[in-house]
Amino acid sequence: MAYDLSFAKDVYNKSEMGHWIKMCMQCGVCAGSCPLRAHWQHSPRQLFQMVRAGKRDEVLKSSDMWMCTSCYNCIVRCPRELPITHIIHGLARYAETEKAVDPMQPTRRFAVEVFWKNITATGRVGEAMLTMRLYFQDGIGAGIQRGLEMRDSALGMLKTRRLNPIPFRGKIKGYDGFTKMLAKAAELEAKLENKA
Amino acid sequence: MADAHAAGQTILVVGGGISGLTTAVEAAETGYNVLLVEKDPQLGGRVAQHNKYFPKLCSPVCGLEINFQRIKNNPRIRYLTLSEVEEIQGSEGNYTVRIRKNPRFVTEACTGCGDCAAVCTTEVADPFNFGLNKVKAIRNNHAMAFPSWYYMDPAYAKTDEAKQVAKICPAGAIQPDMEASVIEEQVAAVVWATGWKPYDAEKILPYGFGQYANVTTNMRFERLASVYGPTGGKIIRPSDGKEAKSVAFIQCAGSRDHNYLPFCSRVCCLASMKQATYVRDQYPDSKVTVFYIDLRAMDRYESFLQKTREDANISWIKSKPARIEEDANGNPVVIGENTLTGERYAMPFDLVVLATGMEPHSAVDAKVPSDQASHDEYGFVTGGVLAAGCAAAPTDVASSVQSATAMAMKAIHAAVKRG
Repeated sequence: MAYDLSFAKDVYNKSEMGHWIKMCMQCGVCAGSCPLRAHWQHSPRQLFQMVRAGKRDEVLKSSDMWMCTSCYNCIVRCPRELPITHIIHGLARYAETEKAVDPMQPTRRFAVEVFWKNITATGRVGEAMLTMRLYFQDGIGAGIQRGLEMRDSALGMLKTRRLNPIPFRGKIKGYDGFTKMLAKAAELEAKLENKA
Repeated sequence: MADAHAAGQTILVVGGGISGLTTAVEAAETGYNVLLVEKDPQLGGRVAQHNKYFPKLCSPVCGLEINFQRIKNNPRIRYLTLSEVEEIQGSEGNYTVRIRKNPRFVTEACTGCGDCAAVCTTEVADPFNFGLNKVKAIRNNHAMAFPSWYYMDPAYAKTDEAKQVAKICPAGAIQPDMEASVIEEQVAAVVWATGWKPYDAEKILPYGFGQYANVTTNMRFERLASVYGPTGGKIIRPSDGKEAKSVAFIQCAGSRDHNYLPFCSRVCCLASMKQATYVRDQYPDSKVTVFYIDLRAMDRYESFLQKTREDANISWIKSKPARIEEDANGNPVVIGENTLTGERYAMPFDLVVLATGMEPHSAVDAKVPSDQASHDEYGFVTGGVLAAGCAAAPTDVASSVQSATAMAMKAIHAAVKRG
């Protein structure tokens, strides 16, 4: 069987931190360290080997890299100092730019549709609205049910002033500079993508 | 060869382990004068702490005894114990070295009768057995120790009891007021053979050594399996003395890891295979599991791996475990991902042995004290003096002996040029 190296090369060049995958020695410490491993179909180690084996569709369509909660256990323990958390986020982002991700993937939907719109609209995360949008993204019935399930946590957070119930109105100071930064970042990214 | 006694033809060997002993006897038996300096009270180094050598599984006592005889019978070898080289000046062919001789508090008149230890009431953690048991503050490391003179811990020497103990010595050999001294020597060559120490397993936090009683290290396991060791050779676990019949070995514990020792020590795979045979030989109903990234059985040692693989009660799991926890029964539970099947495991054992690697003494407490010396990024000696055995690179006993013999040759070259 011939390996298709084009996918591995694409990941090394186009996916943020992707070149680090070359350094993986397949020891399995990341997989054993991941607190959410039971919910992943493939561990980081397996994803990295799949990249090297040229399994383009399996990797990019995988839900795995959307499951990472950035706890950094894997980064701390990796014997070869691979920035695994960042590689995983890079793969998620790369899958998104390649339009390979299932649009209904919950983390992707939250990130692309809810979080991004929320923060870019005003320059600050509106916590109440963000939570509402997340809870109600599958319809009113599902939203109410989730809200009830999380009621105790929400009240606890309100009491300890960890959740601001009042929606943020207006825009942050220097909102123009903020949008310019975002535009510049998008421009740089487009340039990088064209180069690759 | 009376002229060979000229000061310029003396070869200084630093470290009295298997490498230093080899360089010393090889150079001396070729007709050169050797000054052997050892920081511990007795010669033999790490090898003396081993239960068996791989791959032949014979006792190191035998090899050491031959070397001790060769030293004892050779007037060209002068050895200093409890001594350290503090400064080296000059260059090849013409070194001046300063050596600190720490007090032993027991003179060479000691006959090793043991009367002093019998009355000594102070006990300390035994450094020879990595603190697994207690020993008297005046003692001998083991029955085969060379030189066989007893030694006294410096803190004990200061006590009133030490003065009383001195009085009962039939040979009058105990001197609690002995002091350190510094000497200077002229030598033609310096061979650095300071060897290695086991990497400090407490630094590997996810494995819980020091926190869980039944997580131990490979060097401690060597003492546990030795008939001269703290349990008389019975492989039992430290927490409750239960026979350790289900034992896990974790390879590369703190090795090949940028968080700890980045390099491979080259011996730990074979050492664990050897130690697996200790368990299997002692308990026929035992089970051994070896966790590994990849097994490194260099050249001819491949056959030893094949032999251990034939034992169905030794299993091999390709995985670097992520962490160890302890269950309610005090069993260490090894957790990780089997990289061949992708399955996650959490397996309890009676005892877990961490195959820790070699940290060169020259990286920690025996840097070469010379302006001209160089060390690599891990602390192994690369230049300025000659380096033998594990002071030069991590390696096994057989290769250390080869390296030490080669360094005897190089040292002789330096001495001949000078002579």
